[in-house]
Amino acid sequence: VSDLTFQLAATFGLILLVVNGLMGGVAVMTWIERRVCGVIQFRWGPNRVGPFGLLQPIADGIKFVMKEDVIPADAHKAVFVLAPALSLVPALCAFAVIPFGPTIEILGRRLDLVIVDLDGGILFALAATSLGVYGIVCAGWSSNSKYALMGGLRSSAQLISYELALALSVVGVLLVSGTLRPTEIVERQAGWFWNWNALGGGWQLLGFLIFVVAGYAETNRLPFDMPEAESELVAGYHTEYSSMKFSMFFMAEYVNMTTASAMAVTLFLGGYHLGFPLPLTGWPLWILQILAFVAKVGCFMFLFVWVRWTLPRFRYDQLMELGWKRLFPLALANLMLTAVAVACGWIEG
Amino acid sequence: VERLAFVVLTVLALTSAAIVVLPAVRNAVVCALALAFNLVAMAGFFLLLRAQFIALLQVIVYAGAILVLILFVIMLLNIKDERRLGRSGPVQRLLGPALAAACGGLLGWVVSAAAGERGFPAPSPEFGTVRALGVELFTRFFYPFEAISLLLVVAMIGAVLLAKRRL
Repeated sequence: VSDLTFQLAATFGLILLVVNGLMGGVAVMTWIERRVCGVIQFRWGPNRVGPFGLLQPIADGIKFVMKEDVIPADAHKAVFVLAPALSLVPALCAFAVIPFGPTIEILGRRLDLVIVDLDGGILFALAATSLGVYGIVCAGWSSNSKYALMGGLRSSAQLISYELALALSVVGVLLVSGTLRPTEIVERQAGWFWNWNALGGGWQLLGFLIFVVAGYAETNRLPFDMPEAESELVAGYHTEYSSMKFSMFFMAEYVNMTTASAMAVTLFLGGYHLGFPLPLTGWPLWILQILAFVAKVGCFMFLFVWVRWTLPRFRYDQLMELGWKRLFPLALANLMLTAVAVACGWIEG
Repeated sequence: VERLAFVVLTVLALTSAAIVVLPAVRNAVVCALALAFNLVAMAGFFLLLRAQFIALLQVIVYAGAILVLILFVIMLLNIKDERRLGRSGPVQRLLGPALAAACGGLLGWVVSAAAGERGFPAPSPEFGTVRALGVELFTRFFYPFEAISLLLVVAMIGAVLLAKRRL
């Protein structure tokens, strides 16, 4: 096999793997979300379709396809149709730079388990997620409904506000790592779990907490799901959407959650590293490491669900105050401290 | 592959730019969205020029933040139909294209003058990476960089003062 064909085949294979993995993850998450919600609220959740209700996502998929696809009469058609895609595509793109496994060897060639190993990879992920807001804004505006518009407006303000805290908390990690390449950031956190950036590897525990909170706001999840606060806005920006278009927004939300979790794992919790050295090499180790990555992301996804069914929603002004007056100064302080520590050599830069 | 990417990006950039300014499009939100597409296409051009850091910043800062704010304002004002503003006067209609042409000419002249007879040297493999850009910014272009930062801070304070008279 020539180098070029191998490269092409590997890239296509990785893209297929990641996209299908994400979509499969979305399906599983819709089931987990409802089952866990059931447990938390002392009820069953979906348990009729298949064993433990495991086939429920498939039934939902069929239902979504069969439903009538309504476009409101006064909607701006082109933008209305474009909006779900605008919200799903950036969400999927962001995952391209996240290394979900170590460098493996196939057919005598080395292959990084990441779709593109960009020099500014972390920036790419931030750029892609920052574009996701267009889908929500477009949906809100083109629906020509006041609830949808309010949802869209709230979301654009919220996303821009929390992006600042999110980006600043990431910069702390970049300072201690001295690179923006995700694979190198992960490699720095090899070995025992105290080498992870959130712990002794970078002392970024505060940054990690800020990242997680801002991540919840960025993905519009409770307690920050202002854009779709049911009690005041019906369903916010996707009030007027039905059928597969609605389901695309749904998928985008879950993909965004997965990306945010994966970024948190990559930046702060050692990426695909197990957290303890094992006397293994080759395929057994590689498979364990991929599983470790999936398990870490899975924990975050569970946390998302847990928080959603436990905490009440913030009021909108409280949300803004938390973002600008608490998280933002905290992130700045964390950045300053990290910068001083790196400059004085207290943390290996 | 690069030529193909260039052609696709050019078509995208030119169409979206046309949608932004064409008088047939009267919808401010559509114009803003087209501008977003245009900005992302420009980021694609930066990528083709091996300046990936600039490309990513272009997307984060312009498409991801500034334009969202512009959209926000447009939606908040809820401009239904711009026809109410009336057609632009003869001064704008003559001066606009003339100024645009002048800017384009100036840009072309600067580029050709900088290239000179020899053309541009091939960029080093390091070119465009975050490290290379950072080193350049904090050594060769240190004073301009700091001057711009100061200017931005002053502008920001001014904007806050103008917007919030009573603090």
